[in-house]
Amino acid sequence: MSTPATPTPKRPAAKRPQGLRLGQTATGRFFGRHQSFSIIVAMSIVTAVLPLIVLAPGIKSFGTQNDFVDGFAQAGVWVLLAIGLNIVVGLAGLLDLGYAAFFAIGAYTYAYGASPFSHNHVAFWLMLLVGAAVAATAGLLLGAPTLRLRGDYLAIVTLGFGEIVPVVFRNSDTYTNGTNGITALYQPSLPQQGPLFFLPSLSFMPNFASWVPNLPGMPKFGLFAGSFGFGNPWPYYLTVAAIIALTMILAYRLQDSRLGRAWMAIREDELAAASMGINTVTTKLLAFALGASTSGLAGVYLSSKLSIVSPTQFGFTVSFTVLAMVVLGGMGNIWGVAAGAFVIYEIQSQGLKQLNLLWYHQANAPSFHLPIVNIDLSTVNFLDYQYLLYGLALVSMMLLRPEGLFPSRRRRAELHDIEDAGASNQELVEA
Amino acid sequence: MSEQAMTGSSMPATNAGLPAVLRAVRLTKAFGGLVAVKEVDFEVKQGSITSLIGPNGAGKTTLFNVIAGLSEPTSGYIEFLGQRVVATPERGWLEPILWILPAGLAWLLTYLVGSVASPDVDVIQILVLTGLALLIATLITAVIRPAWYNRLLGALGIFKSARPNDMVQAGIGRTFQNIRLFANMTALENVLVGMHVQLKASPLDAVLRTPKQRREEASSTDEARRLLRYVGLRRDDELARNLPYGDQRRLEIARALATKPKLLLLDEPTAGMNPSETDLMMALFGRIRKEMNLPILLIEHDMRVVMGISDSVTVLDHGEKISEGTPADVRADARVIEAYLGKGAI
Repeated sequence: MSTPATPTPKRPAAKRPQGLRLGQTATGRFFGRHQSFSIIVAMSIVTAVLPLIVLAPGIKSFGTQNDFVDGFAQAGVWVLLAIGLNIVVGLAGLLDLGYAAFFAIGAYTYAYGASPFSHNHVAFWLMLLVGAAVAATAGLLLGAPTLRLRGDYLAIVTLGFGEIVPVVFRNSDTYTNGTNGITALYQPSLPQQGPLFFLPSLSFMPNFASWVPNLPGMPKFGLFAGSFGFGNPWPYYLTVAAIIALTMILAYRLQDSRLGRAWMAIREDELAAASMGINTVTTKLLAFALGASTSGLAGVYLSSKLSIVSPTQFGFTVSFTVLAMVVLGGMGNIWGVAAGAFVIYEIQSQGLKQLNLLWYHQANAPSFHLPIVNIDLSTVNFLDYQYLLYGLALVSMMLLRPEGLFPSRRRRAELHDIEDAGASNQELVEA
Repeated sequence: MSEQAMTGSSMPATNAGLPAVLRAVRLTKAFGGLVAVKEVDFEVKQGSITSLIGPNGAGKTTLFNVIAGLSEPTSGYIEFLGQRVVATPERGWLEPILWILPAGLAWLLTYLVGSVASPDVDVIQILVLTGLALLIATLITAVIRPAWYNRLLGALGIFKSARPNDMVQAGIGRTFQNIRLFANMTALENVLVGMHVQLKASPLDAVLRTPKQRREEASSTDEARRLLRYVGLRRDDELARNLPYGDQRRLEIARALATKPKLLLLDEPTAGMNPSETDLMMALFGRIRKEMNLPILLIEHDMRVVMGISDSVTVLDHGEKISEGTPADVRADARVIEAYLGKGAI
């Protein structure tokens, strides 16, 4: 009997001894073993160092240190969103273009839970949990009908969901106050006494606030940085840093678990994953729900900080910006996407302002007087070119560094070994 | 795979009287007008290697995919370890009633409370919302189909064909014709994914890093390394796609073994291998059968492999079973020769 001719695949040349060896160095092992501790330490250092930026030379001051800290507190929202979307897009490989919907749901949950409009006043700290839970449920509801979709089709359906949610909030006037949005949300409060600050204050507890020395340049540092308010961004800044640290720990632990491996397996090959016993339905729904819950947290935090929610805040640009942050930061790497989100937000909100301050009406700014047009760089408002910069950044990144600014080791290997080896074994086998 | 199973007693030489692990009964699979598999009956006996052969397009892989739960049969059924697992759904219309039942009851209660007792708005609101929550919960349960939900359906006489992951849970491990490893995961991670159904730690365990989860991770990593050694792989931390071709095939087998199967489905495991690699592969199959007492269902084109290691061979042609028996019987069967070489060859 004749054996059908099977084309013998070309074997790759001699193997380079290179693997994905993580945690092989002494420091790597330490951080691998004490991951949560490392995250807390790193986040504390970052939180402590960032406000010192005002002392850096060359930073043109357009405001006080408080303005900078306020910007950082705002950036924290985007960091949270990026960490959450990274679970959905980076780990599970589900392209979600409607991520802002969960952000909106979290924000409106807080608005409903703590505003004069709804006559409710639930504590912010409790609402964080409620907002995350409500957003997670919404994630499940969105996830369930899209389970059979992948790639472009999934992107289109999630895009639709992202558009529908703000429209629903805009049109259900009775519950959301329509286009006006809900205003004067209660800001978080922090009883000055006792470590269990979310409980009614206990009188026998000492006043810890009085124990914290006032450091120069850092007003009332510590958990007790005064009360939450428009004039005082410090408590918001510290809160969001704590939330980010917690979310990062959870994300890292999930990523390294059985569930994280299942996510990765689904990203690589859904059918093979199912054939290895992974319930792809549960796994994908969990990715949607957990990603959404992070977004919900960010929504609750942002609405409490701005003290207003309106449907216009949660448009497609939010989903797109977060996705761009994840891609630019380095999909799949938690610290990478967090850093990417922070850098991009700071560039667009502070960096461009700095540029404006440097250029605007400076006598020595170059200007070109051509026959028809006059280009005077001294009157350019860089804030207008935010999306142009996004586009440029994304295009140049795809050409020069497709794995992102701070890629995970895995992703870098994924994108660079192919070039090195010419074609992967996988492709040869399937050919 | 426990220590004991790996070094377990050797196989009996004959397995004629052994019970069947897997049985396909009048299995038919049609894609529109094309009948890919037609009324096929066959079985895999405990501890045996059964081969499925046939010319290209005979329906071997289709049959495999039906067995693995990837597609539902048009008629007929598959029995695994005495349980009917894959067949066309029965009484499916009952299921939607089940979905709305809890919510329906809650809303009925709302109506009763509203009409009988003094209508307290808060109570009514809570009941209505409870109904809604129940509806969402039931629908999501129905989508996820956990094991207890399947049992509930079974108790109500509703039959739904098993999904691939249910088949793995039931004890079927498989490899693919064109290697489908998780290319950007390491060899070790690939095997760990195979252990997915064995591991019991929940996401909550992972988040809290409970001792249970840490113990499980450590022991499963050891187990995965042992499996990699068993199939003859040493580079645990290499990305799967950087492994040489033969090693990728081995890794796929290790990953399938990690699911602790009671039956191993191998789809052309020696395709594209040279004779010496094929010999090593055959030795591995022999060891797997002998040391783990694991029955194997094999699709193979290489007749040297088929005739060398099979206890029983089933021949498919144009979706129909044309011959069955020991390798020697099948080799002598005129219909088999005709199928491969045409009428003139007889």
